[in-house]
Amino acid sequence: MLRQVQKLGRTTLDGLQKLGRANLFLLHVLSGLPDILWRLWLLVAQVYSVGVLSILIVTISGMFVGMVLGLQGHYVLSEFGAEQSLGVMVAASLVRELGPVITALLFAGRAGSALTAEIGLMKATEQLSGMEMMAVDPVKRIIGPRFWAGIVSMPLLASLFSMIGVLGGYFVGVGLLGVDDGAFWSQMRAKIDFEEDILNGVIKSLVFGVVVTWIAVFEGYDSIPTSEGVSRATTRSVVYSAFAVLGWDFVLTALMFGED
Amino acid sequence: MRESRAIEIWVGLFVGMGIIALFFLAMQVSNLSDLNMDDKSYRITARFENAGSLKVKSPVTMAGVRIGRVSAIEFDKDTYEAVVEMRVDPAYDTLPIDTTANVLTAGLLGEQYIGLSPGGSEEYLKDGDEIELTQSAMVLEEVISRFLFNKAESGGEKSQGDAEGVDSDEARIQ
Repeated sequence: MLRQVQKLGRTTLDGLQKLGRANLFLLHVLSGLPDILWRLWLLVAQVYSVGVLSILIVTISGMFVGMVLGLQGHYVLSEFGAEQSLGVMVAASLVRELGPVITALLFAGRAGSALTAEIGLMKATEQLSGMEMMAVDPVKRIIGPRFWAGIVSMPLLASLFSMIGVLGGYFVGVGLLGVDDGAFWSQMRAKIDFEEDILNGVIKSLVFGVVVTWIAVFEGYDSIPTSEGVSRATTRSVVYSAFAVLGWDFVLTALMFGED
Repeated sequence: MRESRAIEIWVGLFVGMGIIALFFLAMQVSNLSDLNMDDKSYRITARFENAGSLKVKSPVTMAGVRIGRVSAIEFDKDTYEAVVEMRVDPAYDTLPIDTTANVLTAGLLGEQYIGLSPGGSEEYLKDGDEIELTQSAMVLEEVISRFLFNKAESGGEKSQGDAEGVDSDEARIQ
């Protein structure tokens, strides 16, 4: 009985300790920003592996999500004779919610897991401690560029997702289901506000970029340096990212759109 | 070096694509390109007995064309009226001073907007002017109850012929 209580206490303390380590780690990474600006080349290479290599999955998913939204939206809206509003529905749901959220989840699976595994393996093969021996700060040299690359890439990927999604919805709605072309775009333009919808969506994707990349690099850096430890860290990275993204999405949505 | 050049090109393309996507969303999907007249626009106000469900940013139209937006809605506690402030695109600076402002509804259940109909005056509205002639929002409940009262009044006298009239009126509303 007492042992159970002790176990609970230890889990709590471990969790709190990890949270503290994660925050100190974030501060350390952020303090490395000037070094990144000196070595932009490192950042570019990471934007390639984190962002460019995610383009394919993001655009293909975006297209299908938009097309499904077109089909489902048309089904519901035609019940009310409001097919003309299909454009608003597709664009609003993509720009406000689905674009940032699904992109962040895909990003966690595609790029976050790779970051965790890469950094975890570097730690397991003692490349990170090797760098420390050479008086190179691995957090600034290895982690920093990956972290900032994630933050740069996420909003771009989310915008790409939303754009392709809107085009997919247009293709299905106007091309296949015969919604009026002009009404599709004009209603969308009339209802979607730049600041309210699009900028808030970009802010969301930026926050998700920070959250997902932070979790990914921290899990890698904090992993137990064995092959099992790295595999666990990779799993945790994806699971925690998904939780964090969905939780933060609720908080941000409540803050941004909850008022009216 | 060859490989690094390819990477740089790819990253450049990626960033370019992302920015194009954002630009597309801003220009094609949102209302950013429709009206940006934040600083040069001029303000006119109008008082309504009932502003209905008019909101800030609701469109202000004349002859069906959007010429501005509602920028503020306040309640005047002395006259018990809604004071609606709207910003009008400076390109349209020839609104006569006896213009009428109506709170209209797009479709039967659609959003509400302000429709301006021009008067005949030679003088034009300037920044800060107030529109004197206004017509309040149509509230569906009021319209229906007025309609029902009318029917109840006249219904007792002539029943048969009027019943058809009720039917056709209802059909029109639907």
